[in-house]
Amino acid sequence: MALATLRGVSFTYAYTNEPALRDINLTLEEGLLYAIIGPNASGKSTLCALLRGIVPLFHEGELTGSAEIRGRNLFDWDPAELSREIGYVFENPFTQISGIKETVFEEIALGLENLGMPSDEVIDRVEQVVEQLELGALVAKNPNELSGGQRQKVAFASIIAMDADVIVIDEPTSQLDPESSDAVFAIIANLKKKGKSIVLVEHKMDLVAQYADRVIALNGGRLVIEGPTSEVFTSPLLNASDIARPAVTDLAEALAKVGRPLARTPVTRAEAADLIRARMKGGPRANRSR
Amino acid sequence: MPIVLDEVAFDYPDGTPAVESVSLHVKDGERVAIVGQNGAGKTTTVKLMNGLLKPRSGAVTVDGESTANRTTAMMAQTVGYVFQNPDDQIFTSSVQSELEYMPKYLRWEEVRRDERVARAVALCGLEQHLETNPNDLPIAIRKFIAIGAILVGECRYIILDEPTAGLDVPGLRLLNSLIDHLQTEGIAVVTITHDMRFVTESFDRVVAMAGGTVVADGPCEEVFADDDVLKRARIRRPEVAQLVRDLGIPTTALRLDDIVHKIP
Ligand SMILES: Nc1ncnc2c1ncn2[C@@H]1O[C@H](COP(=O)(O)OP(=O)(O)OP(=O)(O)O)[C@@H](O)[C@H]1O
Ligand SMILES: [Mg+2]
Repeated sequence: MALATLRGVSFTYAYTNEPALRDINLTLEEGLLYAIIGPNASGKSTLCALLRGIVPLFHEGELTGSAEIRGRNLFDWDPAELSREIGYVFENPFTQISGIKETVFEEIALGLENLGMPSDEVIDRVEQVVEQLELGALVAKNPNELSGGQRQKVAFASIIAMDADVIVIDEPTSQLDPESSDAVFAIIANLKKKGKSIVLVEHKMDLVAQYADRVIALNGGRLVIEGPTSEVFTSPLLNASDIARPAVTDLAEALAKVGRPLARTPVTRAEAADLIRARMKGGPRANRSR
Repeated sequence: MPIVLDEVAFDYPDGTPAVESVSLHVKDGERVAIVGQNGAGKTTTVKLMNGLLKPRSGAVTVDGESTANRTTAMMAQTVGYVFQNPDDQIFTSSVQSELEYMPKYLRWEEVRRDERVARAVALCGLEQHLETNPNDLPIAIRKFIAIGAILVGECRYIILDEPTAGLDVPGLRLLNSLIDHLQTEGIAVVTITHDMRFVTESFDRVVAMAGGTVVADGPCEEVFADDDVLKRARIRRPEVAQLVRDLGIPTTALRLDDIVHKIP
């Protein structure tokens, strides 16, 4: 069964004229890591919210077409049940913090308590994610008195503590330092290995290229292309003036422009290194023959 | 005249020692990037620069005058700070009123107000959104509203706290042209960011922070050559700069346009 099947889905928020999503046809499989990319206001957050039922159940607006989540029509889901199956981290880390808890520890525990989990189990789970995200020094702090990146980590920790089958994350690393961004993606990759399905919005294309199985590119509410990561990033459909690509992909294009193209277009640093190394070994001749 | 931080320390009321001993200066018309791990004290440092926070010890002076003697409102006329979270700053119900708030508060003449607002609207690409409630706009645009509201003022120093977070390609282009424009007006720009490609392509000087201190301050080529600094500040080289290093190609080049010519 697919994680989600969208057929001709359009959504227009109440009191707006322009649809946020236009005629989206898309099937998302379970057990994969999907990255949604695209310029600002291209519909990425709306697509995330739709997978989690926030749109249209909590945001007013008009949905046309059909949206099925795990084989069931979105409208047939009980919102509480859907929220248990799909963990969701909002785009703005500053609004994800509940505001009702006095410590980071309690903040992360909040969702688990709401599930009615016994308290020793809650403590175990919280301790585990605190360690994974190196939040140990912050557990006693007030969640409203954290730096921007620390807040984002706490928001992420709260969601992964819930251990939902499906995790939808709208920009998990926007406020994070490079090392923490890597750490978050390593945790996500590990969750996937355990069989979870993950859908995330990300602007850091170097990380997307390294970790995502498939990429969904949106622009102006429309699906530009969906496919395996390297296929999408090297597709002519992706207009580089609107949608960022991995830095090494830009480098390959720049090399091609000065008449020294690589044998293939790389999307990860490792691929780029291999391609360049091969031609360093082969000398200028190997370079020309490709 | 510059902004000078001399051996500055600051603790939050809950006892967190956020900034330990920071010495820094920002000259007129300069552009500086501040980078470093989450919780390193970047936001705290820039809030000290514009007097939103006052140091526990050490001194912060702007144009030779200590921030300790000046009100936040006075300081805001010289050093404009755009918050990391735009929603900490935006509070009116339309973009237009947000931009006009400060001039109205200060009872500027209409001509002056309209001229400054028009400039901010153009620099921040807000033409289509003037009537809109900021809450109905995506966070990336709210960020530009927050920048615009500060640009309306006549500050000689502008501080941007993570303007690149969640920004797309057109947004980054707009941000770059905005910073270039401010420089032509002689305005200094201090930017906190985690985007190392942006740092190396748009800034010459970078300050790296870790654990409430400055661990490096200098030209990008120098700071990004130092593995120890990168490790302490938990930052990385831009992807293509790391690539040429992985390949053992001897160069300190950091920008993609320069690196193209170093690849065999
Ligand atoms: N209002 C506050 N009350 C108490 N502690 C705070 C407050 N704001 C920040 N801190 C703490 O001060 C330290 C420095 O925070 P600061 O916000 O300056 O970091 P930063 O470098 O801007 O981080 P980020 O990259 O995550 O935005 C952190 O340990 C943080 O937890
Ligand atoms: Mg900060």
